[in-house]
Amino acid sequence: MKALIMNRRHFLTSAGVAGAGLVLSSCDAFDAATERGSRMRAILESAEKLTFRTQRLLVGDSLAQEFTEADIRQPMRPNGVVRPQDPDYLQLQSSGFNSYRLIVDGLVKQPLSLSLDQLQAMTARAQITRHDCVEGWSCIAKWTGVPLAAVLDRASLLPDARFVVFHCFDTIERSLAGEVKYYESIDMIDALHPQTILAYGMNDAMLPVENGAPLRVRVERQLGYKMAKYIRRIELVASLEAIGDGRGSYWADRGYEWYAGI
Amino acid sequence: MAAAEPETSRETAEAPNSRLVYRQKLATRLTHWLWAFSLFFLLLSGLQIFNAHPALYLGDQSGFEFDNSVLRIGAEDRGGDTVGYTKVLGFQMETTGLLGFSGEPGALQARAFPSWATIPSGRDLASGRVVHFFFAWLFFAALLIWLLASAVNGHLRRDVIPGRADFRQVGRDLADHVRLRFYHRRRYGPLQKFSYALVLLGLFPLMILSGLAMSPGINAAAPFLAEILGGRQTARTLHFLGMVLIVLFFVVHIAMVVAAGPLNEMRSMITGWYRADASDDERPSKREPK
Repeated sequence: MKALIMNRRHFLTSAGVAGAGLVLSSCDAFDAATERGSRMRAILESAEKLTFRTQRLLVGDSLAQEFTEADIRQPMRPNGVVRPQDPDYLQLQSSGFNSYRLIVDGLVKQPLSLSLDQLQAMTARAQITRHDCVEGWSCIAKWTGVPLAAVLDRASLLPDARFVVFHCFDTIERSLAGEVKYYESIDMIDALHPQTILAYGMNDAMLPVENGAPLRVRVERQLGYKMAKYIRRIELVASLEAIGDGRGSYWADRGYEWYAGI
Repeated sequence: MAAAEPETSRETAEAPNSRLVYRQKLATRLTHWLWAFSLFFLLLSGLQIFNAHPALYLGDQSGFEFDNSVLRIGAEDRGGDTVGYTKVLGFQMETTGLLGFSGEPGALQARAFPSWATIPSGRDLASGRVVHFFFAWLFFAALLIWLLASAVNGHLRRDVIPGRADFRQVGRDLADHVRLRFYHRRRYGPLQKFSYALVLLGLFPLMILSGLAMSPGINAAAPFLAEILGGRQTARTLHFLGMVLIVLFFVVHIAMVVAAGPLNEMRSMITGWYRADASDDERPSKREPK
């Protein structure tokens, strides 16, 4: 019995020491494992593919939840770049985006250059949806725009077009390596989804600058960072390798999921 | 399954007043440690994710122009000094050093949970999410394995779901616990059953469902999920509340293990063998005549 008590005491002491060590070292004990480019990080990131495949299977072509006018209780919260300072953008902004042209090129039979008037002349779609930010907050707003599928249809896709890349006006990062303008991409399943629209209107008014004027994309079944603002050009590509650092998205190149359905 | 298992009870020479019983099946032990491991990482990466927007709300959306928040952790300037604060249901308290404003003396940072409580230690939402979703899959897999195995091997019916007798005896069991009087039996006591049923069949599924209710993809596939939980932001609040309850369970769980005899409890969760009192409620004499 005495031996058992000693054992217990010994066990408690060593468990206590081990526990304290774990807590004290936890400040940075796991930092190396999550470092981008490390082996451990690659293993952890493998779950992302599992999530993507599972969600594609479960989500199918279902529609994102839509809300009612009564659910719009506040202005849409802007995030990321809210006032682009890029000269070409400022020039467009000062002219009320009159000379704005959306470029659609890459793997298309018919490259396009569309003015806002031309986009607004196309059949519009309005939807009241909840915007979910990767940070954790949500905000409900009404979005009006032209389905991306209609624009892509007009450009007539080549068979090997697999991704839609959004090139934006706004510089999101200035570093020694140069300026980085925002870029995002989605696959054809999301691109052709009926709720994926190029929005020019918000809450029954023109899209404000802080929310992405003159044109932003809505990808309602993914998180906010997929919904690029200040779109300058839409490029159709077969692979994302040549886009940014190779992951096809500003935030994916910085460790976030390319598929942001979670 | 039973054929592969060792004998279920063993007399030992060293302690004549007790006997070793085979108490924990392999599936129970394996999933126990998978959960212990994954919950550690889920907690610390979850706090990292929470830090990206340290406020909780009720409903579908987060109130920026109206107030539907139930918890907020932050830092604010008070007469030239920065203080950390935590506001729960309108009740605000100063939590400098732990919540809102913490770090090395002289180099305190504005962050909701302190760096020792998050993975990674610095502000890194992307890595927090990568860690969280990896271990969420592991946690989910362990729950599926456990549910299936426990339904088949009888663990669920025998040890987890409380029966009529457990409701009758719960008062006495509670009184015994308060007096720190612990019985070492093969079977679980009423309080054990209630707490394990609550955690394993209540809290664990709630964590998975409230986590999924925050996913915009799953929200399109199954909009009812967020709706029955009260909206996406309520689901996020419930996810946080579930975390708090699991941490509380962990504290009590460890305290009970220590009080009931940590070596014996640890052995049973590693090897499956548990030293039970000789005078058991299961009348061992019938199975093992002395």
